[in-house]
Amino acid sequence: MKSEAIVANTTQIEARSVGKKFGKFHALRDISLEIAEGEFLSLLGPSGSGKTTFLTLLGGYENTTSGQLFLEGQDMTGWTANQRGFGMVFQGYALFPHLTVAENIAFPLKVQKRSKAQIADRVAQMVEMVGLSGHENKKPKALSGGQQQRVALARALAYEPKVLLLDEPFSALDKNLRGQMQEELRRLHRELGTTFVFVTHDQEEALALSSRIAIFNHGELQQVGTPDDVYERPANRFTAEFLGDINILSLDGTSGVAGTPIKLPGNAAGLGHLAVRPEHMRLAAEGDANQLPVRLRDRVYLGSKSRLLLETQAGEELMLYLDNGAGPAAPQTGAELRVAWDVQDSFAV
Amino acid sequence: MRAYLFLICPVLLFLGGSYLLPFLGIMQLSFTDPEPGLGQYSHVLSDPLTLSVIWRTLRICVIVTAVSVAAAYIITLLWVRGRPLVRSLTELCIMIPFWISVLSRAFGWMSMLSNRGLLNTWLKDLGLIETSLQLTRNEFAVIIGMSHYLIPFAVFPLATAMRNVDERVLTAADGMGASRLRIFWQVFLPMTASGIIGATLLVFVFSVGFFVTPALLGGGQSVLIAELIYLWIFQIPQWGMAAAMSVILMLAVGGILVLLMRRYGEMAK
Ligand SMILES: Nc1ncnc2c1ncn2[C@@H]1O[C@H](COP(=O)(O)OP(=O)(O)OP(=O)(O)O)[C@@H](O)[C@H]1O
Ligand SMILES: [Mg+2]
Repeated sequence: MKSEAIVANTTQIEARSVGKKFGKFHALRDISLEIAEGEFLSLLGPSGSGKTTFLTLLGGYENTTSGQLFLEGQDMTGWTANQRGFGMVFQGYALFPHLTVAENIAFPLKVQKRSKAQIADRVAQMVEMVGLSGHENKKPKALSGGQQQRVALARALAYEPKVLLLDEPFSALDKNLRGQMQEELRRLHRELGTTFVFVTHDQEEALALSSRIAIFNHGELQQVGTPDDVYERPANRFTAEFLGDINILSLDGTSGVAGTPIKLPGNAAGLGHLAVRPEHMRLAAEGDANQLPVRLRDRVYLGSKSRLLLETQAGEELMLYLDNGAGPAAPQTGAELRVAWDVQDSFAV
Repeated sequence: MRAYLFLICPVLLFLGGSYLLPFLGIMQLSFTDPEPGLGQYSHVLSDPLTLSVIWRTLRICVIVTAVSVAAAYIITLLWVRGRPLVRSLTELCIMIPFWISVLSRAFGWMSMLSNRGLLNTWLKDLGLIETSLQLTRNEFAVIIGMSHYLIPFAVFPLATAMRNVDERVLTAADGMGASRLRIFWQVFLPMTASGIIGATLLVFVFSVGFFVTPALLGGGQSVLIAELIYLWIFQIPQWGMAAAMSVILMLAVGGILVLLMRRYGEMAK
């Protein structure tokens, strides 16, 4: 999957210290980010973190209040949406309610003054691509959420924009359809080579689809990197906790956790917490370097594995997964255990 | 459920008493006065003079409706989508006419348009004309006066429709490179079609029953149906004819309503 995400290394869009204020409220602060041609960049962050705002700034639907935006080296800060010509799939689709599916998709093509025959061909092609054959003459109101979604996608892709901005396009879909549409989107991205900037709430979606992920919080960019970069090497505590599950331990200042000496990773200087992903933590065996005494609080049976909820002597909660296959009998609630991990799998935050 | 039905009884009684009974009376009158039969109807529908009044009414009402709805559309656009200052000014211009009676407004237009009115005086002072233009006592004056009265009524259904337009749809069209003109004609206007139909209905129905304005500004020269009915009741009493005319008018308006409502229902789908 990672190999599909090969990206030409030419910068297409660049944001330099971009900020956006609504009145006195800083919706975005000092965002600097480069987007490569043909890449699939996801913007991820909690609600209200400024993802939509950043997307609308990129598209030219709102003006920046500070900083600059560049398109292929040209300053596009002052350009209108019209001049930038990026495609956009809006949160809530924004389909033309009075036009049919086919007319919706044809709209941007008519704007480009393509010939009737060309338009008819292209519309048929797009309808086919998003799997809406037979629905061409329906109005948006007569379609399900997922179908409307696909019309919006087809409409935005029909005129082959250089850049496609997508604002939570799958938020209205149930899990099955969502997975199906994600597959579709990956395929489209592969086939078209268009640059995708994709806003989502859903971290799994971001991890699965993107060539890079940009993580936002409170209007600030926390980290940009490949999915495994941001997951395995989070830049700060927010990113570490936001993506996936994580165990956080307080360091006691004497290179240990609650009195137990621990080997610390290289970046620990000056930081107060140690973070280890649950999948990197295990029940300690003879000879493990980093061992920490814990008590088993609860065990949740998950079929092929169990989730163990543990408590350190300092009262901090930990979590790890235990395979339910052959092996020693599962420990009982209340048991005194030791957990271990490899230094290179831990990082200070 | 039964209790609720019981509670709306007073309203039903009131409506029945104030609308249904008089209506039945008129129906009866139209078939019996001066003599029983369909004579009144056949007279109304064959007398050239009466027919010309019906025809004129229809023509004027269609023109007035078109003028009012078009003007109201522009005004509503300013009111709903203009800059803050434009908005408040427009709102004032929409509200003020509601506080001035229809009679004063007709007189206002008379003093404006009459032979020795403001407009003619100015035009003469400026040396643009020698003799006064005939601006009152004709259809032109009636259309101006009626439209002026009806525009504010058309504003409200239009405003509702315009406020319901999803801003993002317009933004999307803009992002696709559509010009402002195209966005207006192909997106905004069709998206407010329900408001246009609502306003058309309202204005047309009002205009058909108009009495004061045509009577004053038309000066007896362009009699409309409402005035004709008035004449048949108070001046040359022919109540049966007046009643038949009323029934025809009601059926015509009802028919148009049903037609437009059906179209409206399709749009809402
Ligand atoms: N037009 C506006 N006027 C004032 N404040 C705004 C405006 N648009 C957005 N904001 C504020 O800016 C912040 C960021 O909003 P934004 O819509 O970008 O968040 P988001 O990350 O897209 O959230 P969500 O995931 O809920 O869509 C929010 O606090 C929001 O209230
Ligand atoms: Mg958003």
